[in-house]
Amino acid sequence: MIPLSYYLVVSAILFAIGTAGVFLRKNLITILLSVEIMLNAVNLTFVAFGRSHGTVDGQIITFFVMTVAAAEAAVGLAIVIGLFRHRESLNPDAFTSLKW
Amino acid sequence: MIALIPLFPLLGFVVNASLGRRLPKSVSGGLASLVMLAAFAVSVLIVWQLSNLAPSHRVMEETLYTWIASGDFVLDLTFRVDPLASVMILVITGIGSLIHIYSTAYMHEESDGEYARYFSYLNLFAAFMLVLVLGGNFLVLFIGWEGVGLCSYLLIGFWYEKRSAADAGKKAFVVNRIGDYAFILGTLLIFLRFGTLDFQRIASAVAPLAPESMFGILSLATLLLFIGATGKSAQIPLYVWLPDAMEGPTPVSALIHAATMVTAGVYMIGRNAVLFSHAPETMGVVAVIGAATALMAGTIGLVQNDIKRVLAYSTVSQLGYMFLAMGVGAFGAGIFHLYTHAFFKACLFLGSGAVIHALHGEQDIRNMGGLKAALPITYWTFLIGSLAIAGVPGLAGFFSKDEILFETFAHGHTILWITGVLTSLLTATYMFRLVFLTFHGERRQGAIATDVGAIGHDDGAMSPDDGAISHRPSAASHHDDRGLHGLGAGPHQHGAESHLHDAPPAMASALIVLALGSVLAGYVGVPHALGGSNALAAWLEPSFEARSVTTLAGEQVATPGEPGATAAGEAGAEGDEGLELTLMVVSSLVALLGIGLAAFVWLKRREIADQAARTFRGVYTLLLNKYYVDEIYDAAIVQPIRIVSQEGLWRGVDVHVIDGAVNGTASIVEGGSSLMRRLQTGSVRAYAGSLLIGVVLILGYYLWR
Repeated sequence: MIPLSYYLVVSAILFAIGTAGVFLRKNLITILLSVEIMLNAVNLTFVAFGRSHGTVDGQIITFFVMTVAAAEAAVGLAIVIGLFRHRESLNPDAFTSLKW
Repeated sequence: MIALIPLFPLLGFVVNASLGRRLPKSVSGGLASLVMLAAFAVSVLIVWQLSNLAPSHRVMEETLYTWIASGDFVLDLTFRVDPLASVMILVITGIGSLIHIYSTAYMHEESDGEYARYFSYLNLFAAFMLVLVLGGNFLVLFIGWEGVGLCSYLLIGFWYEKRSAADAGKKAFVVNRIGDYAFILGTLLIFLRFGTLDFQRIASAVAPLAPESMFGILSLATLLLFIGATGKSAQIPLYVWLPDAMEGPTPVSALIHAATMVTAGVYMIGRNAVLFSHAPETMGVVAVIGAATALMAGTIGLVQNDIKRVLAYSTVSQLGYMFLAMGVGAFGAGIFHLYTHAFFKACLFLGSGAVIHALHGEQDIRNMGGLKAALPITYWTFLIGSLAIAGVPGLAGFFSKDEILFETFAHGHTILWITGVLTSLLTATYMFRLVFLTFHGERRQGAIATDVGAIGHDDGAMSPDDGAISHRPSAASHHDDRGLHGLGAGPHQHGAESHLHDAPPAMASALIVLALGSVLAGYVGVPHALGGSNALAAWLEPSFEARSVTTLAGEQVATPGEPGATAAGEAGAEGDEGLELTLMVVSSLVALLGIGLAAFVWLKRREIADQAARTFRGVYTLLLNKYYVDEIYDAAIVQPIRIVSQEGLWRGVDVHVIDGAVNGTASIVEGGSSLMRRLQTGSVRAYAGSLLIGVVLILGYYLWR
C-alpha cells in the first residue's frame, strides 16, 4: 500500500504549485485555476487521511469542498467577466481601488 | 439672638441688591441705615446682658448649625460674644450706623441704582465684619475675613469707570490675597498642632504649655497668621494698598479703611492672645513691625498733599501703634487704641469728606486754606479729631496712646518706645499741618494747576519736577468723589467760586457724634495713675486668657508677655504709677511740641516748609514718593512675575511644552499613519501574500516549537 506520506508530499507539491500560480501569473483566470489546484491539493489530503484512518469523513468533506468550489468558480468567473467589462484588463495589479 | 446682629445688615444687603434700582434714595439709604441701627440696638442689648454676668463667665455662644462634620473633625458655625467681641460689635455697628447716615447725604448725587448699590455693599461689608468678630473659630472668622476683603475691593472700585479706582481695588485685593494665603497656612498649622479651630479650645490647649523659647511650630503658625494680619491691617510689607484705597468714596475710607476692617488684624491677634503670647519670637516681630510701620507711615504722611492720603498714612501709622501694643503683650492697650482710633479717625475722614463735598471734589490741601469760617462744623469736629489723634491730654487718643507707650516702656522695649514717641511727634505735626493748610490762612483755590480732565492712573511713579512743591502723585484722584457724577467737564469751576456750604444735617450729625466720641471715648480706660479704674482693660481681660483652664490661672500670670500685665497698675506698684505719669507728661509735651511746630511752620512762616523741602531735597523727594516702595515692589516682584509669566510660563511652558505635547501627539499619529499607509497598496496579491506569510510563520512556529 502506498504510504500516507506520499499522498501528502504530492498534495504539498500541488499546493505549492497553486500558490505560485496565484502569486506569479498575471491573468485572473489563471489565478482562479491556480486556486482550484490549491483546493484540490487540500482535497487530496482529506481523502488520503480518510483512507489511511479507514473512515469516510475525508471523502464527505471533499464532496462539500467540490460543491463549494463549483459555486465559487461560477461566482469568481462572473466577477472576472464583470471586471473585464469594466476595465478591459485581466491583470490583477491593475485593480488597486482598495488603496486610499 | 446673636445671629441677628450680622443678619440685619445682610437683610439690608439683600433688599438693596435685589430691589435697589427701583427704590428711591430715601428708601434704600434709609433702610441701610435702619438695619445698622437695629444691629446696634441688638448689640447694645447683648453687651448689657453680658455685663450682667460674672467677669469670668462673660461668654455668650450661639451655634447655628454644624457646618462640617468629617470623622473626628467637627466644625460648627458658632457665634460667640465675649468682652473683646463686644467692644468690636459696638464699634462696628455704632460707628457703622453713623457712617451710613453720613453717606445718605454724601452719596446723594449718585443715581438711584448706584446709590442702592453703594448701600448694598456697605451693608454687606457690615455683615461680614460682624461675622468676622463674632466667629467662634478660625473658619468662621475666615468667612468674614474674606468677605470684608471682597467688600473692600467692591467699594474701593465703586467708581469702577475710573481707571485709577478700578486699579486701586485690584491692588487691594491682590495684596490682601498674599496675606490671606499665609493666614490659611497658619490656620492649617494650628489645626495640625491642636486638632481644633475653636479659639477657646486652642487657648486652653496652649495655656499649659511653656512659651516657645526657640522658633517652633507655634512661632511659625502665629507668624503666618501675623502675615495675614499685615495684609488686612496694612502693615509693612503689605501696607501699600491702603493709601491707594482712598480712591473709594470717603465714607468707605472712614468705615472700612480706618475704623473697622483694617483693625481686623489687631482683633485677630487679640482673639488669639494666649496663642501669641506663647510665641515670643512672633511677638517680637509684631512689635518691631508695628513700630517701624508707625514711624515710616508717619514720615510719609508729613509730606503728602492729598487730604485723604495724609489720613490714610495716619491710619497705617496708628495701626502700627496697635500692633506695637499687641507685640509687647499689651493686648488691652491695643484694643483700647483700636476703639478710640475708630472714633477720631472716622471723625477725621468724615470731616475730610465734608471738605471735599463742599469744594466739589477738591482733595489737594494746597488748593484749600481758609475754610474755617465757611465750614464751622466741619472745622471744629476736624480740630477735635486732630487733637484726639495727636494725643492732647483729656481726649480719647491720649489715654490709649499713652497706655501703649507706657506698656512698651514698662516691658523694657526702650527703642520701640522712642520710635513710638517720635511717631507721636510726627502724628501731631502732620495732623496739624493738615488742619492749618486746610482751614487756616487764605483760600488758595487753583494754586496748583491740576489736571482735572485726565482720568488715568498715574501712581507715585512720576518724578517731582524742579520746584519745591512738586506735582502730587495721582492727580487723577482730584475729582475722586465727584468723578462720575455728571457734574460736567469741570467740577472745579463749577463750585470753586460759588458759596461754600457746610455739611448738611445728616453729615453734620454724624460728625458731631463722632467728635463727642473722640473726646469721651477715652474715659472708659482712664489709667490708675490718673485715679481712674481702667474699666476697659478689666472688661477685656477675660478675653485674653484661656477660659476653661482656671486651675492653671496661677501659672498663666507667671508667663512672660501674659496679658495680665495690662493691669500692671492694679498691682499698685508705686514706681509704675510714677513712671506712667512721667511718660504721660513726656508724650503730652511731645504732642504739644508737634502741634506747636506745625503752627509755627505752616501758620506763621510757611516759607520754612518750602525752604526745608529745598534744603533736604533728597529726603523730601524720597518721602513724597513714599520711599519708592511701590516702585521697588514693582521692580522686585511685579515685573519679575510678569516677565517669568510672559516669557517663561506663557511663551515657554505653555506654547512649547503644553501646546507642544498636544500638537506633538497629533504629529506622531500623523507621521505613524503615513508610514502605515504604505502597507495599503490596494493590490490583492500583496494582501494574499502577507496572509500567506503570516500563516506560514504561525504554522512554522507551532511545528518547530
